[in-house]
Amino acid sequence: MATVSVTDISKTYPNGAQAVCPASFEIADGELIVLVGPSGCGKSTLLRMVAGLEDITTGDLRIGDRVVNNLDPAERDIAMVFQNYALYPHMTVAKNMAYGLKNRGASKDQIAAKVTEAAEMLSLTPLLDRRPSQLSGGQRQRVAMGRAIVRDPALFLFDEPLSNLDAKLRHQMRVEIRNLQRRLNVTAIYVTHDQVEAMTMADRIFVLNAGAIEQIGTPSEIYRKPASTFVASFMGAPPMNLLHAQADAGQVRMGDVALRMPCADGAVQLGIRPEEVSFSPMGEVPFKLTLVEELGASRLLHGKVAGQDFVVNAPNDDAPLADGLMLSFPAESLHLFDAQSGKRL
Amino acid sequence: MKTNKRPIRPSDVIDHLILVLGALLMLFPVYLALTTTSHDNVLLSKEGLQFWFGDQMGQNFRAAMFDKGGFSEQIDGTAMLINSLILGVGFAVGKIALSMAAAYAIVYFRLRFATFAFWVIFTTILLPLEVRILPSYEVVTGLGMANTYSGLIVPLLASATGTFFFRQFFLSVPEELVEAARIDGAGPGKFFVDILVPLSRTMIAAIFIIMFVYGWNQYLWPTLITTDESLFTLVRGIKQITQSVFEGNQIPEYGQAWALAIIAMLPPVLIVIFFQSWFVKGLVESEK
Repeated sequence: MATVSVTDISKTYPNGAQAVCPASFEIADGELIVLVGPSGCGKSTLLRMVAGLEDITTGDLRIGDRVVNNLDPAERDIAMVFQNYALYPHMTVAKNMAYGLKNRGASKDQIAAKVTEAAEMLSLTPLLDRRPSQLSGGQRQRVAMGRAIVRDPALFLFDEPLSNLDAKLRHQMRVEIRNLQRRLNVTAIYVTHDQVEAMTMADRIFVLNAGAIEQIGTPSEIYRKPASTFVASFMGAPPMNLLHAQADAGQVRMGDVALRMPCADGAVQLGIRPEEVSFSPMGEVPFKLTLVEELGASRLLHGKVAGQDFVVNAPNDDAPLADGLMLSFPAESLHLFDAQSGKRL
Repeated sequence: MKTNKRPIRPSDVIDHLILVLGALLMLFPVYLALTTTSHDNVLLSKEGLQFWFGDQMGQNFRAAMFDKGGFSEQIDGTAMLINSLILGVGFAVGKIALSMAAAYAIVYFRLRFATFAFWVIFTTILLPLEVRILPSYEVVTGLGMANTYSGLIVPLLASATGTFFFRQFFLSVPEELVEAARIDGAGPGKFFVDILVPLSRTMIAAIFIIMFVYGWNQYLWPTLITTDESLFTLVRGIKQITQSVFEGNQIPEYGQAWALAIIAMLPPVLIVIFFQSWFVKGLVESEK
């Protein structure tokens, strides 16, 4: 258990490509941080820098009160769960879990006790003598977790651990990982490109884009107050609607639609989540319906507002879908972003 | 479920006929060697090859294995068998160790010119022993290694093929395994011994088969580098015995020669049979 403190950490590859722009942040003891972003955004690189699998170009990385920049991965007191589990194929489950302890010179009794305890926690006890090739995906995932747990590390690192599992198992493992992390109260950094995983698991989310951290916040902060159009469109499914608009004298105009909003004059982007708009005869925004996607509990209505693409997530109440629908935009759900930089206004 | 017996087609019969004939063709010389071994030298030099078993088999094998032979009358079949085993095993083990180490260095360490080094090693395939036999002989005798086991084995050890096979295999080992091992505190040596070698088992078995047989059948190099009869290998020994056909004035020991030929054939066969089970096992339970 430990805090993680990062100061101006960055990564530049020898060919000059900057994978991670200088970033600073603190992670509290026992916190689960999710790094989320599209592929190539630098989230895995950042994780691997913390793990010691990638060199740190500049900045300081502290785990607990030690600067670990130049320590080997093995000396950093971390454990990592890989996307494809990286189990040693020729070792049994028990040996896979014991290997790290054995290399650290733990006694046989200690190893046996730890492995038994972890196996019980993960309900792997009947599988201890199996080889990874004889396990299912979910079981392998558990063994990878077990290998991390037995070491009692200060920090858990997860590199997209659920992306090789099917949807149902992913959901189940998500809950399991979260429970385990809470129970062991270990600080954890979790990398994923799946925003649902990020929202459901994180204490705090770091949204990354093109090597830079766009926003740090709790899941509800990220959802309620996205710091940029990138965060707004990346987090949430379906993504937030973003409309190009013009602010002018306390009004935001899109074509012939005008909303009353206090805002400095200029080009802006108006954001509103598909689930926060509603149909209302009193609505002020005309909606031109083009396509309906049934989701069961709700339906996604694709269409146009002021000539721009717009999605509405409406409850599936069998209301007739006619032309000439009017939408109302609740003032508290509107987000304004700068048209050029995409930053929140 | 209904068992669907496929009707036998004429082409099936022909296919099997060809296979059976092929098998017979391959096995017939072995059979002939066995039958011929079981007769005494007088009969053999009078009548040549024998197609049925006689009563001298035990006698001939005993003589082949335990009677001192050769010019200096100081080596028997058992000693030659042991020499051959030393050469075959030393050759195979040495080659595997060396080429694994080379491939490990090339694949896992950030060496300058690693790719270049690999291709240099690879081009040595163009220079088999036969091409460089004079310089090799010169070097080995210069080092005083003539008539030693190391002189017999060491010059043949460098193996571009082995290095190539292991390199390709190591490249297919997932990167994450290396990283997991690093996090688990396994240094380069431990990773090699604990992870890479066990993962390469089937590769090692395959290369061992090939290299053992190759080493066992070496003829040219042992002939050049060993003049001391106590270092003779089986493959050379057979020749030594049949040589008396041309030089000796006694009846050549055909029976013994045939017995030695059969003995010389056995270890490679056994090795292949023994390792094949490994080989198949490795192929079936794909572990990567």
